[in-house]
Amino acid sequence: MKLRRPFHLPTLLLALLMALLCGPARAEYGDVVLNKRAEKEGMRPVVFPHWFHRIRFRCKVCHSELGFQMRAGSNEVLMVDIIDGKFCGMCHNDRVAWGPANCDLCHSGKPGLAAGIYGGDRTAGPGRW
Amino acid sequence: MHAHSLQRLLQGCALLLLAALLLGSAWGQGKHLPLARDGVHDPASPAVGLLQEPEQALASFPPDAVGNQVRWVKALEQGIIAPRANIFPGTRVTVLDQDIIMPRTGEMPMVRFPHRQHTEWLDCSNCHEKLFISKAGANQGVNMFQVLQGEYCGLCHGAVSFPLTECKRCHSVERK
Repeated sequence: MKLRRPFHLPTLLLALLMALLCGPARAEYGDVVLNKRAEKEGMRPVVFPHWFHRIRFRCKVCHSELGFQMRAGSNEVLMVDIIDGKFCGMCHNDRVAWGPANCDLCHSGKPGLAAGIYGGDRTAGPGRW
Repeated sequence: MHAHSLQRLLQGCALLLLAALLLGSAWGQGKHLPLARDGVHDPASPAVGLLQEPEQALASFPPDAVGNQVRWVKALEQGIIAPRANIFPGTRVTVLDQDIIMPRTGEMPMVRFPHRQHTEWLDCSNCHEKLFISKAGANQGVNMFQVLQGEYCGLCHGAVSFPLTECKRCHSVERK
């Protein structure tokens, strides 16, 4: 049996392009890496997943009640404050979520990562986030 | 070689490549990459294996083609998620049901900004009065150049809320 143009070339190219767009390895949209101090202090960078937290809390809880500024990089988050119950420590206190002694659960980032917003399913720039 | 057989050869190669890509993404365990391969988590970290995987959490939510591939507003409205609105018992939670139409959008449809969906998630103080003045017509500096640079709407849209590729979700009101 002789196959004659079993598929439409432009459609195939479009499908290929879509498959390629879905391809590359990427952080989950809205992942924030905190590394202003972590690695200088000998710890892995922190990975903060927005997706995980917004299932459980609305934006306003952290960005209004807890005082996190919305611009990545504009928050000075120190372990001493977290242990004091501020910022992450409002919930990461062994009551709502794991406490600050579980260092590795938050400090789980790849060494060498610059601080900032990662992920992005399709827009990776040109903005500063 | 004839042009026809060259075309068939090219089509064959393209089909093979497509099959390989589809198979590859099927092996990639769904739409969301595992933490060990997401490029930000250290695969050697003891947290990998303990932390919840995005695929496990997000796969059953209303799907989107962009961002976390989740329609977060829909998930909230349908009660699929019930995120807490406050931690301190005294915090006043304000939801405002009011749309703002932004008419100065050039050749694009006008922007409809729905306060309700935004205040379900955010507090008034997150946008007012620093990013936006709460007076109609008082925010003349808002434009797409600024938004694409991460200012105004772009502080969240493009970082955590649906990205700026989705023009028509904001530019939704046709001029008559």
